[in-house]
Amino acid sequence: MMDFQISMTGFVALYVFLLAGFAGWVIIGHVPAILHTPLMSGSNFVHGIVVVGGLYTLLGARTPTEQAIGFVAVLLGAGNAAGGFAVTRRMLAMFQIAEVKPARAKPRHTKKG
Amino acid sequence: MLTSLPPLVIGLADLAAAFLFLYGLKRMSSPATASSGIFVAGIGMVAAILASFLYVFDVGEAARPHLYANIGLALVALAIGGGLAWWSGKRVAMTAMPQMVALYNGMGGGAAGAIAAAELFGDRTSGATELVVTLLGALIGAVSLSGSLIAWAKLDGVITKPLRFPGQQVVNAIALIATLTVGGIVVAAAFGAAVPLLSLPIWICVFFGLAMLFGVLMTLPIGGADMPVVISIFNAFTGLAVGLEGFVLQNPALMIAGMVVGAAGLLLTLLMAKAMNRSIANVVFTNFGDAPKQKQGAVVGSLKPVQAADAGIAMRYAKSVIIVPGYGLAVAQAQQKLFEFVKLLQGAGVVVKFAVHPVAGRMPGQMDVLLAEAGVPYDMIFQLDQINDEFATTDVALVIGANDVVNPAARTDKGSPIFGMPILNVDKARHVYVVKRGEGKGYAGIVNALFYGDNCDMVYGDAKVALVAMIEAVRGLTAAAA
Repeated sequence: MMDFQISMTGFVALYVFLLAGFAGWVIIGHVPAILHTPLMSGSNFVHGIVVVGGLYTLLGARTPTEQAIGFVAVLLGAGNAAGGFAVTRRMLAMFQIAEVKPARAKPRHTKKG
Repeated sequence: MLTSLPPLVIGLADLAAAFLFLYGLKRMSSPATASSGIFVAGIGMVAAILASFLYVFDVGEAARPHLYANIGLALVALAIGGGLAWWSGKRVAMTAMPQMVALYNGMGGGAAGAIAAAELFGDRTSGATELVVTLLGALIGAVSLSGSLIAWAKLDGVITKPLRFPGQQVVNAIALIATLTVGGIVVAAAFGAAVPLLSLPIWICVFFGLAMLFGVLMTLPIGGADMPVVISIFNAFTGLAVGLEGFVLQNPALMIAGMVVGAAGLLLTLLMAKAMNRSIANVVFTNFGDAPKQKQGAVVGSLKPVQAADAGIAMRYAKSVIIVPGYGLAVAQAQQKLFEFVKLLQGAGVVVKFAVHPVAGRMPGQMDVLLAEAGVPYDMIFQLDQINDEFATTDVALVIGANDVVNPAARTDKGSPIFGMPILNVDKARHVYVVKRGEGKGYAGIVNALFYGDNCDMVYGDAKVALVAMIEAVRGLTAAAA
């Protein structure tokens, strides 16, 4: 397709897949269950990189059909990335609040009771 | 000189993106660093998107006349797709997170499918390997798109019941085989074989249609309780599809990001399936709840309804309380009220802990997020294996909108469809209160012996209403004492 000065064919591609898959497995492997939802949503955001693939398709489009398909690809990919980011950020922000709270939690009860 | 610069910048930006994704995900794997992880990954995404516009210097001759139109279309698509999703993602209620994640995931799958479609219709692929990989990515992406949409509809309540009919597995198998066969025809046609019956573009359309049909058929029969597994599977599917299309486009950033997510999603899926003591095949291919219809152990005892206020006061005078939240808590949006009640109890000297089952809710860890949203410190939240032994020494277990994950039949009743699934041993607590909307059965459709136990009282009603009543009752006590 385009000159990346690298080519990802045959075994090189397989090695990349192998190592990336292993990296994903190891990185996620030690995540506490409490973070499963933000992590899933975070990885959901990461595969939003597909929007870049959509951009290549659309920018290189030669016919109206390809333009239409490329447009859909970019539209959906951008939705995946933007939505995934917004949702994940909101979830993770809650964990930050939760971290500050324990120190203050106790005195507040005595005040109420 | 000028022609070699854009590819270099693109290459560097993609390399940075791949690194930032991995590093961001790594940061997301610990509560202390998690919130910065998404920003790290976000920077990678922005860099990769900006750099990809440099591709305009490198497009083929045939695309040159359309370049300005294409750039315009790209900007419009980015603005509309990104803007709408950003807007919805910021507004959606925390309880609706599972369906939003399903929806965004389906969009990713659809994008991967569309990229494959452009490759196929434009006849851009060269060589058998590329063509097969394109088709494989197309298949997985299309399945993920339609399957995620069904999952979204189920989670959002548009589809309320799992659709099951006799011979479903056979129909699903036929749909998959048909899709693969049409894929075979497309490959054969690319190598000069005569295309039977229809023209090649039509066959490609049929291929996508069948793949999407298979995604729908595959997801329709799966029940609500299995949604955490389904969402994980489709997340892994989309990752895989993106990785495969990345190979076709010769883009390492897509390959790496896609495959990392694919592996991570697979691991999460396995964790969820393990938490239910079932295999992934079992979740996807058997109809949960109606498989073993043999006699379930007879349930003795009766349901004993109590007022929420009485239950609240009883907990106020308990030494220790363990709370088991379930999907009912999310539906009632009662997490804030719950924490308010918990703080009252803590103020009265009661030791309160939360016990979270791995598959409580509709996506992995949904209860953890809900509790975090209400401000519950995460050192109060315990997972199944950390807390299960403590029920025996606990005064009160309060179950809110959870059912199957606390059903002792999983431990005792070999005839039960959920036999063998690890459950929270709520029945071992000295006393149990169950807040529940009505006398209905759980998603698995099984009678819950816990509810009939001598130590268990039922509080019927919406979780939020019940918790408000509990809070008022306990507050009333304190006021009367003062």
